[in-house]
Amino acid sequence: MTQHVFAWLDERLDLSGLRAFIAEKTVPKHRHSVWYYMGGITLFLVGVQVATGILLLLYYRPSAGEAYESVQFIVSHVEFGWLIRNLHSWSGNLLILMAFVHLFSTFFLRAYRKPRELTWVTGVLLLFVMMGFGFSGYLLPWNELAFFATKVGTGIAGAVPLVGDFLVRFLRGGDDVTGATLTRFYGIHVAILPAITTVLLGVHLLLIQRQGMSVPPSVEKREKAGETIPQEPFFPNYVLHDVMWWYVALAVLAALALFLPWELGKKADAFASVPAGIRPEWYFLAMFQTLKLIPSHVLGIEGEMLGVMGFNVAAVLLLVMPFLDRRAADGRPNRIVTLAGILAVIYLIVFTIYGYLAA
Amino acid sequence: MTTGDHQPAPGTVERRSFLDALLGFGLFATAASFLYPIWRYITPPALAEPVTDTVIAGKVSEFKANTGAVLKFGTKPALLVRTSDGQFKAFTAVCTHLDCTVQYKSDTSQIWCPCHNGLYDLSGHVISGPPPRPLEAFTVNLRGEPGQEDVVISRT
Repeated sequence: MTQHVFAWLDERLDLSGLRAFIAEKTVPKHRHSVWYYMGGITLFLVGVQVATGILLLLYYRPSAGEAYESVQFIVSHVEFGWLIRNLHSWSGNLLILMAFVHLFSTFFLRAYRKPRELTWVTGVLLLFVMMGFGFSGYLLPWNELAFFATKVGTGIAGAVPLVGDFLVRFLRGGDDVTGATLTRFYGIHVAILPAITTVLLGVHLLLIQRQGMSVPPSVEKREKAGETIPQEPFFPNYVLHDVMWWYVALAVLAALALFLPWELGKKADAFASVPAGIRPEWYFLAMFQTLKLIPSHVLGIEGEMLGVMGFNVAAVLLLVMPFLDRRAADGRPNRIVTLAGILAVIYLIVFTIYGYLAA
Repeated sequence: MTTGDHQPAPGTVERRSFLDALLGFGLFATAASFLYPIWRYITPPALAEPVTDTVIAGKVSEFKANTGAVLKFGTKPALLVRTSDGQFKAFTAVCTHLDCTVQYKSDTSQIWCPCHNGLYDLSGHVISGPPPRPLEAFTVNLRGEPGQEDVVISRT
């Protein structure tokens, strides 16, 4: 049956190129190979987000008057609605975690070096987009915690010099976080960011298929010295390994969704007092904690502004890393880059934990 | 079986085909465990719709003779007609043909569905047009002080 369908398509579209590509494609096998699967897991979680997100759209209503009630309806009245929502919330968080793991693994293995600069750039942009998804999606249930977290989060944009006030108004759809913000975030979450993701992810995956897997400099050196690096066929061997990891991710995700239901909390009320222990999602916590620690004025500059500018500089440095680390392109070690990476990981972990304990 | 020959003995299952079957079963089970909740999820839940049995349409004096008014009766519209001789009649305003909302035509004293020109008489029976069944009639009672009575519509 499958062969008939394939033959039918082949006759019309000439799939010989694709067939040859799949048959001949191999993936290098070495002691760092396990990191190759992190991107695959991230991709799997993107798939989960798309599927569960579309399902949530069937019942969700993006207005201040109905959003909270519609989510309540989903988790309490719609069959398996609780499962779909828990999966979407948990998978979103795991997705960002895995994106970070993927980012740092490719960073330390120097996979961004020539000729894969663009794969890195699209990947970093995708991480930013994913964080945008997290930020915009957080508000959609229109609960108290998300409401105030969004007030604080969008307020931080006000610290950007020159365009700060405009940015805040632009993000909020007005001067305050209101129903207009909810509608705006909804549009961003379900239309604008998915469109950007489609393009970036398409390019990211195309580049990976086109250029093949990067091997770490140490392995490349052995290869150049004449050693043959073992290869594994992409299909079915590597694909099956990938799927095996997807099952691991699915098991973790299902366990979290089943045993740790995502709370809905109280409905947002602009005139209620801010609940204690308000804090953003964990992936913004390190930044949040840093901003809390910076004094209100440093050398005459507003502390908040300094912090925000610092994060922006860090984001740009991350984005252009392949063009800064010239040594990696030649296969030479770069201690400064490695050290910066290690410090970044330590900073993120320590400040995230600190943010949790301080709240 | 000779050495080096990988043909399985008759009646035995080859290792490879056994593993293939296991893999296929696993994928099938995964697909089923995905699709069943999705199917249940997209099926709209049976809402515990509040059943309305009675509705107060307003004061008698609000309704002139030979007029009709469409009002909310539960989640569906109802048609309240005051006939030329001052009597009240009420029906569901949902046409039995394709669920359009019917209205009272004062010139002919008939109930008319504008979508496909269905006509009902003031007992709800079909006079002409495509409606297959008569309109469901409701009971109308007047309650309260004389001159200040409420028009109460109830499901019979």
